[in-house]
Amino acid sequence: MSRPMTLTEKILSAHAGKSHVAPGDIISISLDLVMANELSAAVAITEFRKIKGATKVWDADKIALVPSHFTPNKDIATATLSTMMRDFAKEQHIQHYFEVGRGGIEHVVLPENGMIGPGMTIIGGDSHTTTYGGLGAFATGVGSTDIAVAFATGEMWVRVPPTTKVRYDGKLRPFISGKDLILYTVGRLGVDGAVYSAIEFTGPTLKELPISSRFTMANMSIEAGAKNGIFSVDATAEAYCAAVGKKDYTVYHADKDAEYERTVEIDCSNIEPQVAIPWLPENTRNASELNEIKIHQAVIGTCTNGRIEDLRAAAEILKGRKVHPDVRAIVIPGSQKVFMQCLKEGLGEIFVEAGCVLSTPTCGPCVGGHMGVLSDGERCISTTNRNFRGRMGHVKSEVYLTSPYVAAASAVMGYIAGPEQVTEKVAV
Amino acid sequence: MILKGTAHKYGKNVDTDVIIPGRYCNLIDPVELGKHALEDLDANFVKKAKPGDLIVADTNFGCGSSREVAAVALKGAGVSGVVAKSFARIFFRNCINTGLPIFECPEGVDGINDGDTITVDAARGAIVNETSGKEFKATAFPKFMQDLIKMGGLLRYAERRLEEQRAAKG
Repeated sequence: MSRPMTLTEKILSAHAGKSHVAPGDIISISLDLVMANELSAAVAITEFRKIKGATKVWDADKIALVPSHFTPNKDIATATLSTMMRDFAKEQHIQHYFEVGRGGIEHVVLPENGMIGPGMTIIGGDSHTTTYGGLGAFATGVGSTDIAVAFATGEMWVRVPPTTKVRYDGKLRPFISGKDLILYTVGRLGVDGAVYSAIEFTGPTLKELPISSRFTMANMSIEAGAKNGIFSVDATAEAYCAAVGKKDYTVYHADKDAEYERTVEIDCSNIEPQVAIPWLPENTRNASELNEIKIHQAVIGTCTNGRIEDLRAAAEILKGRKVHPDVRAIVIPGSQKVFMQCLKEGLGEIFVEAGCVLSTPTCGPCVGGHMGVLSDGERCISTTNRNFRGRMGHVKSEVYLTSPYVAAASAVMGYIAGPEQVTEKVAV
Repeated sequence: MILKGTAHKYGKNVDTDVIIPGRYCNLIDPVELGKHALEDLDANFVKKAKPGDLIVADTNFGCGSSREVAAVALKGAGVSGVVAKSFARIFFRNCINTGLPIFECPEGVDGINDGDTITVDAARGAIVNETSGKEFKATAFPKFMQDLIKMGGLLRYAERRLEEQRAAKG
């Protein structure tokens, strides 16, 4: 008997060769893309070699390998992992290997290269693989052994998740982006509010949202514990696919009478710039409520906010202004393409004039790897996705999560501040 | 399989960054990773943990990153299993896939104190607090996952699927 399905259920059933699936079903799905970075790939390759009968990957064209986390290699241990991945790409004739200097952060690189499309099933050896749900794909993060098995078989076992629907209504205020919406949402749901579930992002407000903001929101679905986060495909998504040359995809829509585990309604009209304070992404506050918390560093970039729209937002605040003398501001375009666009638009000049570091694409500081590790007691305002204890360095350092607008404004003020405070107080 | 050891009890949302901080994620060797297990949550853990000890934690254990080395680091530190009220989903998969026994048992977590001696009969999901004498029952995994564990883990499952795929192609 057929049953109405949510968007996630539709994609999963189609990839399991079934007419329908229901939450709790354990199914095997065929995969359209399998991704790993140098950290997850190294372990995955080691495990792949242990699978009897697996000498070649199932489909070299459906695998993407992206050095990103600690690259350009920060030390010998990292260099060893990068070499393992590079050698594997050559051995297996994997074309979608994005060398340092020609790629960047996987979740920025793959969409802009036309590798992500609606209706696809994608797994990645990185928890923020959920990003691709911004384009209507089923995308989820897994560990290295799952990646190894996917390399060999092109399949993965999945427990079909129940779906939480989050519906956004109301007009956004100035300086509000997808980052504020998702921080607000994680604050509402909690970091375990969607564990084992899919999040379906819906509602009229999202129609106005550019793809970059949708990627940001899907990216942080995992911060509510979700298996995946997904948007419906609309004209904006189709236009993005056309612009990056993504063809041959299938658009699925949720059935009208699909069953949702729960529905959360969010009125966006009153949402102010958001900040998540340590030690969890659910600890969200209005930036305006925080009482001039001094910062030592600001990070603008990463898989969450390293797209050109994010850099334009930061540049809008930083143009003609200076980074506060007590702050290091580190701007990290998410990919070489974003970096180039940033240069072409003159944003690079704005950042350097303001006194920012302009870094090559890397995940770097977000994982406490390199390019901005914090010392004991240091505090960072960051457009990254996690503010766990010790995330960016010393166990007694602190990360505050926010949007590019707030991060840039705080860099200028020297303390956590909303963009309006800067535009009022610091003349260009 | 019987797991027996001292319970090391922690709270909610123990994230993968404190299980194994990012700065060690360029390591692969389980023993090296084990030296830093839970370092940013409890700097004394590695010193006080004995082989076979178990972690007992509240909800959403292992939230955050997909780093499989989180499960590997706990194994490398000698942890024989984790009992929690609930697990984050990627960590849950990683434990099934790498063979770190995990048990969902909210009552058990409430009925175990830090430092208690506990015994877990993995096959039955029976958790006994030897210190208090109380017994608890962990939530049973779906049959598929039980079969996966019995088979010897995900790699063995992959080998079977490869054979089936080849047979289907003729």
